Amino acid sequence: MSTQSTVHGRSGLGTPTPAVIPGAVLWAAALLLAVLAPFALYPVFLMKVLCFALFACAFNLLIGFAGLMSFGHAAFFGGAAYVTAHAAKVWALPPEFAILAGVGTATLLGLVFGALAIRRQGIYFAMITLALSQMVFFLALQLPFTGGEDGIQGVPRGRLFGLVDLTDPLAMYYAVLALFLSGFLVIRRAVHSPFGQVLKAIRENEPRAVSLGYRTERYKLLAFVLSASLAGLAGSVKALVFQLATLTDVTWQMSGEVVLMTLLGGMGTLLGPVVGAALVVALESYLAETSLPVPVVIGAIFVFCVLLFRKGIVGEIAGILKRRA
Amino acid sequence: MRNHVGALSAAALCLWMSAPQAHAQPAAVSDGVVRVGVIEDMSGVFASITGQGAVTAAAMAIEEFGGKVLGLPVELLHADHQNKADIGAATARKWFDEDKVDAILDVATSSPALAVLEIAKAKKKILTLSSPGSMRITNEACGPYVAHWAYDSYAVAHGTGNTLVKQGLDSWYFVTADYAFGHSLEKDAGDFVTASGGKVLGSIRHPVGTNDFASALLQVQASKAKVVALANAGGDTMNAIKQATEFGLTDGGQRLAALAGMINDVHGLGLLGARGLIITEAVYWDMNDETRAWSQRFFQRVKAMPNMLQAGVYSSVRHYLRAVQAAGTDETDAVMRKMREIPVNDVFFKNGYIRKDGRMVHDMHLFEVKQPSDSKGPWDYYRLINTIPAEEAFQPLSTSRCPLVKN
Repeated sequence: MSTQSTVHGRSGLGTPTPAVIPGAVLWAAALLLAVLAPFALYPVFLMKVLCFALFACAFNLLIGFAGLMSFGHAAFFGGAAYVTAHAAKVWALPPEFAILAGVGTATLLGLVFGALAIRRQGIYFAMITLALSQMVFFLALQLPFTGGEDGIQGVPRGRLFGLVDLTDPLAMYYAVLALFLSGFLVIRRAVHSPFGQVLKAIRENEPRAVSLGYRTERYKLLAFVLSASLAGLAGSVKALVFQLATLTDVTWQMSGEVVLMTLLGGMGTLLGPVVGAALVVALESYLAETSLPVPVVIGAIFVFCVLLFRKGIVGEIAGILKRRA
Repeated sequence: MRNHVGALSAAALCLWMSAPQAHAQPAAVSDGVVRVGVIEDMSGVFASITGQGAVTAAAMAIEEFGGKVLGLPVELLHADHQNKADIGAATARKWFDEDKVDAILDVATSSPALAVLEIAKAKKKILTLSSPGSMRITNEACGPYVAHWAYDSYAVAHGTGNTLVKQGLDSWYFVTADYAFGHSLEKDAGDFVTASGGKVLGSIRHPVGTNDFASALLQVQASKAKVVALANAGGDTMNAIKQATEFGLTDGGQRLAALAGMINDVHGLGLLGARGLIITEAVYWDMNDETRAWSQRFFQRVKAMPNMLQAGVYSSVRHYLRAVQAAGTDETDAVMRKMREIPVNDVFFKNGYIRKDGRMVHDMHLFEVKQPSDSKGPWDYYRLINTIPAEEAFQPLSTSRCPLVKN
């Protein structure tokens, strides 16, 4: 854990080190790549990657920086997706308000989940979040507005701010990219702020943080709520991208999938979850048309990664670069 | 001079390369290939009832045409949606946008199917569905280029409910999975029971994916209902049947009906476990010489006999190709018009037709699972009790909530 904190400290943008110029160039190149990507790759696939990348980043904020292992993040992701889908379809809200409604729901859920779960630690924390998210799953299965196992289908994408027609794949892609970047920057800002430093202190040694006079409960709750609302943002956007909300997004398997993405990419690094999400989504999409059993392949890759590079893909690369330097 | 030769040979090359395209022109088939796709669950819980079997059934339909229609190759794509609606939707979008797929001819399970349905409607492409049973497909979600093929929850509920009451089995008890599919099956079947003069004594709900049916079964036994109807699916149905047999339910004179059962469930349970069970399906492999011959060929490739979903995929692919042939093009409107015009006639489905709401109307059959002593071997499982004629088997058009019906 302690090695990782130094790794992500270096990999961040704008840290006042001599590496600042190559770092900025690298980020600019990544941004340019993201802007040009829909001309080379299928936009819907890229949008899915961005949604899951944001979801994994939000999850990573909690486990990677605050050391809190939530096993109920699907509730925020899927819950927000349902509310956004319902708001856009039945209440006919414009997309920006539909997304806001979804994020608001996720934030409230996060507040309730967080207030209950942070009273316990470790496996008990994970189990409480799992139990609460199963309640959300039950509601999604039973409430009349969710359409049970059929889900909410045919959600209109609408016009963003009444101006941009989101039915155009490119317009939708850039809207998703903008939302992803704002979510990512919020996480980056939080991690590099004094608040983020306290989170890391709690992760390393909570009693010591308490002894230094920090009210760790409040920090943990804030981190939890922030993570929940960003996961909600990802779910809301996904509902508009695919124009549907189904049980897949609220099952406990989805909570597991986000753990998988984060671990594969590199827990506690800023870019790791993005890489992990891209890898898992790409495997799911491109293996779908082959005759290989997808879950088995993804499972094997996961085992392989966990055994060979425990810090995840980005974590290992950052480690190598650091050793070279 | 050299330039001349170069230009000439270039022109010749162009002519030679464009020749096949020139042939394709009168047939008016987009990009010279008829491309169809099926999106199934290839690795999850529904893989055995859809999966490779459905893909093989589609391939067998194409082989019947020699792999060609209008002299042009037919290409079959398949994908595994891993039971996730978003993967199904993304695959369908990519197929239509980038891979020039002309029609999607099955999507397993209802949530991915409904997601693909919305895309097919928006992109104006033909979609036929055999695997999902949701009534939304031909009601709220119906579309001009969508056909619902093999069965739906109304048809199985009606087939079982109506027929058994008429045979004197008039008191019912439901064991229902506690989710929308279970509720709608219970409600539909219950309505038919009361409408035909039977009585519903009660129902007990269980959570989806439960292992213990003991309390439910004891309650059901005490009720002395003549029919115990299982309004659940997959593993729940299997567990309920297995435990009902262990509790001596069928030996005690009560009849067990699996509303969403299929021949694969019977195969999984074995005849000893499933004996006496009542199931409504659209097809059975052992109906006549034609179905036996086709199913034997299917069996050699899949190592299982076809169920109604897989037979439905075969039927819809075959019907689509016949319509393309008759229309002389793969243009959506023209093909859909022919699909509605030509009757569906193949190994399994006779004189079927596609209604305004997209329902493909055909006979349904009520089967009873044989006693182990009556069975001649593996897959010899069903005894036909009753055939529900096409006109009665499906939801009447008058009660349809499909907007296309009213116009």
